[in-house]
Amino acid sequence: MTISTQTFASGVGPRPHGSLAEREVRERVGTLFRFATAGSVDDGKSTLVGRLLHDSKAILADQLESVTRASAARGFNGGEPGSEPGSEPGSEPGGEPGGQQIDLALLTDGLRAEREQGITIDVAYRYFATDQRSFILADCPGHVQYTKNTVTGASTADAVVVLIDARKGVLEQTRRHLCVLRLLRVPHVVVAVNKIDLVGYSAEVFTAIADEVRKVSARLGLADVLVVPISALSGDNVVDRSARTSWYTGPSLLQILQALPSTDELERGQEPFRFPVQLVIRPQGALAPELAAEPAETGDGGPDTFRDYRAYAGQLASGSVAVGDRVTVLPSGLSSTVVGIDFAGTDISVAVAPQSVSLRLADEIDIARGDLIAAAGTFVAPTQDLHAELCWLSPKPLCEGAKVLIKHGSRTVTALVRAVTGKLDLASFQEQAASGLELNDIGSVQIRLASALPVEPYARHRRTGAFLVIDPLYGNILAAGLVKDHPGDHEDER
Amino acid sequence: MSIYTTEDTTLASDDTRAGAKVSAGAAFGAAAAPPRMTSLDVLESEALHIIREVVAEFERPALLFSGGKDSVVMLHLATKAFWPGKVPFPVVHVDTGHNFPEVIAFRDRTVERLGLRLVVGRVQDHIDSGELAERADGTRNPLQTAPLLEAIRANRFDAVFGGARRDEDKARAKERILSLRDDFGQWDPRNQRPELWNLYNGRHTVGQHVRAFPISNWTELDIWRYIERVGIELPGLYYAHQREVYARDGMWRAVGDVSLPRADEPVLTKMVRYRTAGDMSCTGAVESTAATVAEVIREVAASTITERGATRADDRISEAAMEDRKKDGYF
Ligand SMILES: Nc1nc2c(ncn2[C@@H]2O[C@H](COP(=O)(O)OP(=O)(O)OP(=O)(O)O)[C@@H](O)[C@H]2O)c(=O)[nH]1
Ligand SMILES: [Mg+2]
Repeated sequence: MTISTQTFASGVGPRPHGSLAEREVRERVGTLFRFATAGSVDDGKSTLVGRLLHDSKAILADQLESVTRASAARGFNGGEPGSEPGSEPGSEPGGEPGGQQIDLALLTDGLRAEREQGITIDVAYRYFATDQRSFILADCPGHVQYTKNTVTGASTADAVVVLIDARKGVLEQTRRHLCVLRLLRVPHVVVAVNKIDLVGYSAEVFTAIADEVRKVSARLGLADVLVVPISALSGDNVVDRSARTSWYTGPSLLQILQALPSTDELERGQEPFRFPVQLVIRPQGALAPELAAEPAETGDGGPDTFRDYRAYAGQLASGSVAVGDRVTVLPSGLSSTVVGIDFAGTDISVAVAPQSVSLRLADEIDIARGDLIAAAGTFVAPTQDLHAELCWLSPKPLCEGAKVLIKHGSRTVTALVRAVTGKLDLASFQEQAASGLELNDIGSVQIRLASALPVEPYARHRRTGAFLVIDPLYGNILAAGLVKDHPGDHEDER
Repeated sequence: MSIYTTEDTTLASDDTRAGAKVSAGAAFGAAAAPPRMTSLDVLESEALHIIREVVAEFERPALLFSGGKDSVVMLHLATKAFWPGKVPFPVVHVDTGHNFPEVIAFRDRTVERLGLRLVVGRVQDHIDSGELAERADGTRNPLQTAPLLEAIRANRFDAVFGGARRDEDKARAKERILSLRDDFGQWDPRNQRPELWNLYNGRHTVGQHVRAFPISNWTELDIWRYIERVGIELPGLYYAHQREVYARDGMWRAVGDVSLPRADEPVLTKMVRYRTAGDMSCTGAVESTAATVAEVIREVAASTITERGATRADDRISEAAMEDRKKDGYF
């Protein structure tokens, strides 16, 4: 193998190299889009996900049959127990009229305990594709006890659909979830006013809730929240627009999900290059057998070629990198030039987030797991003092003075929570004074790190602004952490 | 050729006209926007990231390798993650004694080709020692847990890669990518750790271990598209071939030492293929003429039944068969 530093015109892919390359990629499939559900208990999240899967034909015959059987065994009659008389029980959720009613929530509520209690406990991941997109759907729980699981589902989402029961409006748990989504800066929040069938498809009810939603999201600073009236149970405005809500002129939920740009699409090319080093690849004697065996006659391949091979493996957290780019390594601050980008035996000239690659640099500098490689001149100095927001996910409360572990990128460091400076009040969305945090609290803290980390404000750099707070004793996750803007570094030094 | 498409497709403002307003700050079509990745590219990079993260954070990882398509893809990804180095961990196989001989042969060839150490846990050993008993229905699939846990204990593995996918089963759909198991290898679905962003938490206490599922988010079709894209070799039984079979439980069972037809089950020769390579005693074949990867992709895309529904007798035992096995320490 020869190392090429040749660059290609933008948009031209890697040069085939090595045995794997020729057949790498022939067909193309759509892009990936991840979305999650949120909202209060029983607002219909799982039913919606089941409806989307069902109506987009992602449910196969045997799954449908097993859900039909389970629905019958649980006496499901096509509505919720105790739903008002006058609601149409025969609105056939995905069956012939008069046929067996199926509980669409059972398509995702797959655990025994979930089926017994009729609630969602943990996130279910389901998959479906349209011509344009492959969707990963995370159906999250609504129950306050399982907020940690909803945070899990929302943390990777390109969009979150928040459900509201049309009969109930915005509840405390709706507000909690909206706060979490705002905290995580989920790129798109869509609100679905569900069970519109139970309020007689009333435009007035919808408008009142939509107004409330707009007020709440404006106070929270959530931009451009779309509100859609739906019935997850009977399918109105889920895949196709419904004639029963003729007063609603906007798109169906699926149309929205098809059209929203994903995070990668939003961020690509816009964010500076960031690359947490996961591993140093330095095989020396331990080469893959097919490389070790290759004769070295051509000088291409063979053990000699790789004797001094050294590259830094990782996944681009943001931005893109090309051969020839100048980069800075943090926390050391040393600089070098990218001379090669390897994708498993293929020598490529450009890599883009979220690609996993190995980078080769011109200079022999000391780089280890935990370091961050960044586009030169784009980074503020690493810091030992963090101002951060935490979403506390553990039943064990946080007290000032707690010793914790912080995992940021590929590095884990010891830290001290010096002070809790406030906690968010769900009613007013204002921070109140606090000296600790409890399960599901969102609060602000000051943290002192045992060694400096290259952090950036989460609002501007999701990947380098996020961290985990881990219990040093048992290894459990205590909180999701998000770096705040530091007073004093308002300048983005790009 | 590129690992991403060369066509630069920006979501034009047309696409967002449907009322789906774009969040503030989104500027499209910016001058040198790099090429975008397809969903398969993203899934591949996600898997590589997870594999590397586990190798970095754990001391003694291992990979479950059965010769089935998912584990073959997993192993392929592992070779990519460490290229040009060698895969830095051993592979583990739980041999039920009911495996297809050609799959075992494939397993051995692959392990040899990659120069890996193979650890085999045998169900038969545990039956011989009296620790496990043969089941009335003759399947050994649920018996794999004991030899698996024994292999993990004896080798002090602290992380075990599996090729499980969330689209396979409703309990798998609930499991984290890094799934903590207690001292007994058990999964507690009601009390899973949060898993945030792409930051994986590998911390555990002595005695606990982690199961890592880097291809959690792949579907059966993704697996096949990837096999086509990269040109991965699989055991021949994944492609259409002639085989002696008999009908049982609505599936075609292969005739073999551990899978004998009863007197009332006539043996036929059919053109079949397997969608999963489990045990001969519990895995069914599907009638098929798909002899190439492209044909298999077409067949899978058009299929109206899931792979486990089509081929696994063990999952029909009860509504929560997979969850119950996983709680006990199964894959
Ligand atoms: N009439 C009517 N009933 C609905 C609709 N959507 C959901 N339901 C019913 O509401 C109940 C709760 O639905 P789920 O989908 O389980 O609610 P969920 O939001 O997933 O609940 P958790 O996950 O436990 O928070 C079930 O009885 C559903 O059948 C709807 O659009 N109309
Ligand atoms: Mg639910």
